[in-house]
Order: sequence, then structure tokens, then C-alpha cells
Amino acid sequence: MPGTPFSAETRNMGDSTVIDLKGDIDRNAKDELEIAYNQAATQGPVILNFTDVDYINSTGIAVIVALLARARADGRPLRACGLSAHYREIFQITRLADFMTIYDDEPAALAVE
Amino acid sequence: MAILQRARRKEEATDREAVQPPSQIGQAIPIPDHDPLLGYLLGVGAPVEVEKVALDSPALNEMRAAGVHLIVPLVSQGELIGTLNLGRRLSDQPYSTDDRKLLAGLASQVAPAIRVAQLVRQQEAEAKERERIEQELRVASLIQQTLLPKELPHLAGWEIEAYYQSARAVGGDIYDFIPLQDGRMGLVIGDVTDKGVPAALVMATTRTTLRTMATQSYDPGEVLARANESLVPVIPPAMFVTCFYGVLNPATGDIVYANAGHNLPYVRTSAGVIEMRATGMPLGLMTGMNYEVAHARLNPGETVLLTSDGIVESHDQSGDMFGFPRLIDLVAKYEGGQDLISIILDRLDDFRGKDGEQEDDVTMVTIKRTSSALESAVAFGDDPGEVASFALVSSPGSEREAMVRVASIAAGLGLKGERLERLKTAVSEAAMNACEHGNKGDPDLPIEVSVLADSKKILVRIKDHGGGRSIPDPVIPNLEAKLAGEQSPRGWGLFLIEKMVDAMRTSTDDQYHTIELEMSRRED
Repeated sequence: MPGTPFSAETRNMGDSTVIDLKGDIDRNAKDELEIAYNQAATQGPVILNFTDVDYINSTGIAVIVALLARARADGRPLRACGLSAHYREIFQITRLADFMTIYDDEPAALAVE
Repeated sequence: MAILQRARRKEEATDREAVQPPSQIGQAIPIPDHDPLLGYLLGVGAPVEVEKVALDSPALNEMRAAGVHLIVPLVSQGELIGTLNLGRRLSDQPYSTDDRKLLAGLASQVAPAIRVAQLVRQQEAEAKERERIEQELRVASLIQQTLLPKELPHLAGWEIEAYYQSARAVGGDIYDFIPLQDGRMGLVIGDVTDKGVPAALVMATTRTTLRTMATQSYDPGEVLARANESLVPVIPPAMFVTCFYGVLNPATGDIVYANAGHNLPYVRTSAGVIEMRATGMPLGLMTGMNYEVAHARLNPGETVLLTSDGIVESHDQSGDMFGFPRLIDLVAKYEGGQDLISIILDRLDDFRGKDGEQEDDVTMVTIKRTSSALESAVAFGDDPGEVASFALVSSPGSEREAMVRVASIAAGLGLKGERLERLKTAVSEAAMNACEHGNKGDPDLPIEVSVLADSKKILVRIKDHGGGRSIPDPVIPNLEAKLAGEQSPRGWGLFLIEKMVDAMRTSTDDQYHTIELEMSRRED
């Protein structure tokens, strides 16, 4: 049963960059996500928008962990928004939430200085 | 001398050949319908000397060339049924008036006799043709009855009834119940355009094709699309098959379905009659078709009625059609099962009237959900009973299929909201582990998934072929270490499973490894 293919689009929003994620996040999302991150502005926070994501599995968590490690090495804050209640819980259980702040939606994530 | 019988109609052509005289006597010269000689001979009604006729007639020229001197028309009841063509007299004398009188007299005697003979032969041929058609209908009917289900499926909590009555000409109706691996059931109802043996053969092919495709995919849209691809090259160009295909999960009441241009099934719910809509082209017309997939759920007490068009397309004495509104009305008024079928048949009889003939096959299948999986599961008491089980190949995407299917079953058992989401994630992770680690991604090794339930809990067991080897102790993932590059970013699977479910157990023997996930059925 094939899922929804992953895609990621980068929007530069002033000082911040929003990456709109779409489809399933599993190991297959790795390359697309890195390309999207590379297209981000060179500075400022990067916001991952999960609004159109219905499925994340453990290999997808690993992809996000790897991206988080990279962002930290670049000294850029990584934020998340649009997560369903279920995946918000998973971000808390895995402690991803300790290293990337979770906001309800994009305006909330952008409003932070 | 040659006696030529005129073919009265095209279908008598064989007759004509049968009575052609031996060639040494003379050649039969046919007179085409549009030849002016025809009208001329009918008008004269007496022997005609070829030399004296001035007509622009190919038949006449042909006769002249063949040496015919005298044409004696054989007329019976105002129709030219043949001619008596005479050549030159042996004495080379012209034909006398007496000769012609004699011939005319002969012709008047012979013509009715030939006509009678023609009619007898024609009737014999028609009787033979009727016998051939009857025989063909018997064959068509036999094919159809051999292929329709011999008995109805028995599903706990469900009442399934079917009715089939062929029209005299035997249409190509088909219905079928296909048992699928995990207790689910494929439902087919279809109709082949055309009638008789060709329709019966196409119906047989369609049935076999659908049975094959149904075991290869649980996606009804894909089943119809694949069936279409394989039917297009084998179905005659003017024929096609309308067909509804659904997959029923008896544990949950879910029907996932697609429709290749067949009449919409109706669901009788407490809120009224609902049409099960999904678009798609009939099977066998052209390749590359896509079929929309839709979903319906039957709650306890609800019924779905599947029909062929023989019902709504029945006519009354004044030519009006029975139509969908009358059928919907009956579905709304009567509970499903045999009662609904009987009522519809009664109404159809009344509608057609006393002398009305059944024009097309009439097929009906009703599927009624009598009790819910929840109730059946409660009946298991504290001994967990198996609600469903299925096997999946070890390939990417199977974890998603396991997740979707278990979710559908668990939802039917009353699990919902966040707890359902948690079970989904756990099943997806466990199935992925089973495929990738247990079976090492070998597509020939299946994983087996079973769902059990009692009144308090739901158990999901996922079994792989990873027995007989030691499983390394899982490393507890440490995010700081991962972010610092001291630990692989991966390794979240088992950790997530444990956090998602109420309890998790594993067991291993020398062949298999099984993980058991437990979710309480209590509300949050």
C-alpha cells in the first residue's frame, strides 16, 4: 500500500524560512528535506510546517533528528508547527520537542523574535 | 431446360442452390430483384419469347447468351417463384401456340407445387433454427448457473441473501462472493451487455478475472483497473461489462468499493437510503481506465442492496420503466434480506402486469449487518477471540497496509481518537520491524498479522520468520547523543512501540518471532 509521496517547499519569510512539508515522512523524505533546507535563507530560524503531513514513522523521526543536528551545527533554531495532537505527543516522547519548539500554526511560529 | 426458382428472400438462398438442376441440362440464371425482367414476367404471366422482348435487362441478356428462347414464368399467388427456361426446339421450329399453351398449363400446375415445397423447406429450416437457439439458450443458462455461487457465505453477525432469475434469452448477469485472506469478503455484481452464449462466456471470463485480481490487491479500484486491462483484449468490441466490486470487512462493517459503470448499490440506514457512488467506465471498453474508490460503513441493522438493471429497466404494459425511484422507495420501506427480495419481486410482477415477460436477467444481493463486531467480541468474554488475521509480503509499504487494516478493525471494536492513533503508530513500527529485521526484507517471507479481542482489550500480534536467532538488546535512544553524532539518528522503532501501547510482549521460537501489542478498550 503506497502512501502519499513526500515533498517539501521552501518559502523565505523575511528573517525566517518556512518549509512546507507534504505527504509521508519516512526515510524516503531525507533527500527532499535536505534540498529544501539548503534553499533556506542563510540565517534566521527555520520553521517546519507539518500541516499537510498525516504520517510520520520512526525512520522519518530519524530524518528530522538528522536535520535538527545539522541546524544546530549551523546555529539556526528549528521550529515546528501544524503537528497533529498525535505527532505532537510523539515529538514530546522522543524529546524532539525539547530541541525544537512546537507552535500551533505558522503565524504563531513566525511571531517569535 | 432449366427450372430456376427465384429466391424470395435472402435467407432462402440455400434452398435455391439445393434445387438447381444438374448442369448438363442448363444453367440456372438468377433474376435480381431490381431487374426489369422481373416485373415484365409477372405482368405477362405467360410464356415469353426472348427474341421479342426489348428490355434493358442484364438477366435477359444473360438468358439470350445462354441460348434461352422461351421463358415460362412460374407464378404462384402473384409472386414469381421461378422460371422455366427453354432453349431452341430440337426440330429447330419455333414454339407453336399449342406448345405455349401446354407450357403455360404446366407452369400453372408446377408453380404452386414448387411453392409448397419451398414453404415446407423454409419451415424445416426455421424449426432447425429455433431448435439451435433453444439449445444455445440451454448452454448459456448452464454456463451461468454453473458459475453463480452454489451457496451463500456465512458470516457471523451478517445476513446475506441472493436472488437470480434469468430471462428467457439469458442475459449475462453475474454475482460472486470472494473469500479473502483475513476474513474479508469481495462482493461482485455485474452485467454483460448482450445475451445468450456470448454473454455467458464473457461473464465466465469476467468472474475468473475478478477472482484472480481480488487476491492480488485489496484496493477495489486497482482490482477493477487490472481486470479491465486483462478483459479489453478478450471481449468482443461491441460488448462490455458493468460491474460493482467491494471489499467487506465483516469485523467493522466497512465496505471499500469501486464501480465500473454498474447500477449504484443502495444502503438502507436509519437516516434514509444512501447511494454508494463511485465513478468508473465499464470493463472491456478501453485500456488505461481509473476507478474511483469510495467507502461506506454498515452499522448494525443496516442493509445494502445490489441489483442488476433487469429490475429498474422492466417495463409495464404501456412501456414505462420501473425506474430507480420505485426501487429506492422499497429499500427505504423494507428491512433487507429475503423479505426485501420478495417484496421487490412482487412489485415487479405487479408492475409488468399479467402478460408481461421478463425482458432481462434479474439479480439481487442483500447484505444486512445484524450485530456489530463489538457485540461479537464481547461474547468472547475474557478469552480473547480472533477477530481477523491476514498476511502481508515483506516489502516497503506493507507496514502502512498493516496499519490501515488494523486501524479499520480496531475502530470497529470501538477504539478511537488518540488511542487509535497510538495503536496505528505501534502497528506500523512493529510491521516494519517484522519485514526489515525479522524477515530481512525477503519478499517471499510473509508477516502474519492477527487481531484478537475480549471485553477488556484488543491484542495485535505480528509474526515474522525471525525466530532462532538472538535479538540484540535495544539501545535506548538518547536524543542528546544522537544530536551530538554519538548515536545513529535511527533506532526509534521499538522505543515508540513501547510508549504507544498499554503493553508489549515478544516471543520467539526456533522459527518465528512474534510481537504482541495490547490496547485496553476502556475510554480515555
